[in-house]
Amino acid sequence: MRDSNWRILTRPLIDDNPLTLQILGICSALAVTTSLDTALLMSLVVVCVLALGSGSISLMRSYIPHSVRIIVQITIIATLVIVVDQVLQAYAFELSKRLSVFVGLIITNCIVLGRAEGYAMHNGVVASTLDGIGNGLGYSLILVIVGALREFFGKGSLLNVQILTPTSQGGSFEPLQLMLLPPSAFFIIGGIIWYIRSKRPQQVEEPEFTLRRQQPESK
Amino acid sequence: MSEVIAKDTTRRALGVAVTVAFVCALLVSAVAVGLRPLQKANVEAERIAQLELVLEALSGIGRTLSIEGLDARIVELGSGKYDHSIEVSTFDAQSAAGKPATSTAIPADLDFAGIKRRARHARVYLVRDTDERIELIILPVYGRGYQSTLRAWLVLDGDTRTVRALKFYQHGETPGVGARIEEPAWEAQWRELPAYDDEGVLRIGVRLHAGAGDYSEFKVDGISGATRTTQGVDGMMRFWLDEFGFAPYLQRIREEQADAG
Repeated sequence: MRDSNWRILTRPLIDDNPLTLQILGICSALAVTTSLDTALLMSLVVVCVLALGSGSISLMRSYIPHSVRIIVQITIIATLVIVVDQVLQAYAFELSKRLSVFVGLIITNCIVLGRAEGYAMHNGVVASTLDGIGNGLGYSLILVIVGALREFFGKGSLLNVQILTPTSQGGSFEPLQLMLLPPSAFFIIGGIIWYIRSKRPQQVEEPEFTLRRQQPESK
Repeated sequence: MSEVIAKDTTRRALGVAVTVAFVCALLVSAVAVGLRPLQKANVEAERIAQLELVLEALSGIGRTLSIEGLDARIVELGSGKYDHSIEVSTFDAQSAAGKPATSTAIPADLDFAGIKRRARHARVYLVRDTDERIELIILPVYGRGYQSTLRAWLVLDGDTRTVRALKFYQHGETPGVGARIEEPAWEAQWRELPAYDDEGVLRIGVRLHAGAGDYSEFKVDGISGATRTTQGVDGMMRFWLDEFGFAPYLQRIREEQADAG
């Protein structure tokens, strides 16, 4: 049974979120979420790369020989990332400097290759593009939540608009320095995963190993 | 699913690989070339903005200046002389450093900055006081950091021996670690720092180990966790203030000042 287009687009938001269910793309999620604006830009870039990458790979899927498929996929993804990086440097220079290497590292973002190999190679162009957009949005959703929380509690601002006045400027808000360090993104993402899985227990994985019950000593 | 799976022959694999590579290369080249003017304009606007930052940082210790108050000059590094044959506004130090005709290989034992070649010329900026004496000398410096090239403005006092400021304007170091070279607290260490001792020997650098050590009055504290970046800054300073860097030029300024009385 094939999913409806709407379902393809929305399923990766929560039910099959690449970050919280598949735990992919964590590295960049830690790096670019110190503020909301970089998180938003990164989200936009990843959605574009995923949509175009999945779409074009799906378009070529019957021509790509099995033996070189990963190389071909990576070449296409790398091309898209470089193009997007160049566009950012031309039109969003300040932000692209703050994203620095992490735009280039989208090439190695497991979500992009994962969707190309796992979905676009076997599905039509429209479905693949929607799947790319959906997964991009799922990634974006988590990035925006984490970015907003980290910027708000770390700097007292959102999108660089100061909301709480920090104590250093005479206010009553003590910025949480931890929020600006990578571990805080781990904690927040962990919290989100815990919340989603407590609401949707079907996402909870079976433990691969269980502790063996200690056998009582036989007399 | 009834997918048409492509036949797996070597010829086909090669054909697809070459075609994809070619199309992708074409796309990347077209975008890179097409957007270059915009990117260059961005970099140029930023260079000027950074120069303004230097002026702003200096306004506390020096004078409030506008960009027009800066006297831009092209210096031939080897001789330390001004070179008037090169147009100041269009001189591109970065591309000059990349071309064999306009650059010089750096002897390996002098290449503290890890840059291998440097342009034969550099654009420097001078700030003069009301008596037309040189008050500040602003030099472009760069060197290899941990994972990127560090680029900075080095502001020297008119006495040519004291660092008044060091302002990084471009680098790609790790955020929160190496990128702390940009932080005001670290940059503040470069205020009023003597670079040469009384004999004129270059002593400036970054303290990379705990403890006072020798010549500590010439050194700033490194950044913990960013050893390679601060080593890069250390090498960069030692290179650009040395014989192969701006030392001949600074020597010439001193001679001119002595002649002028």
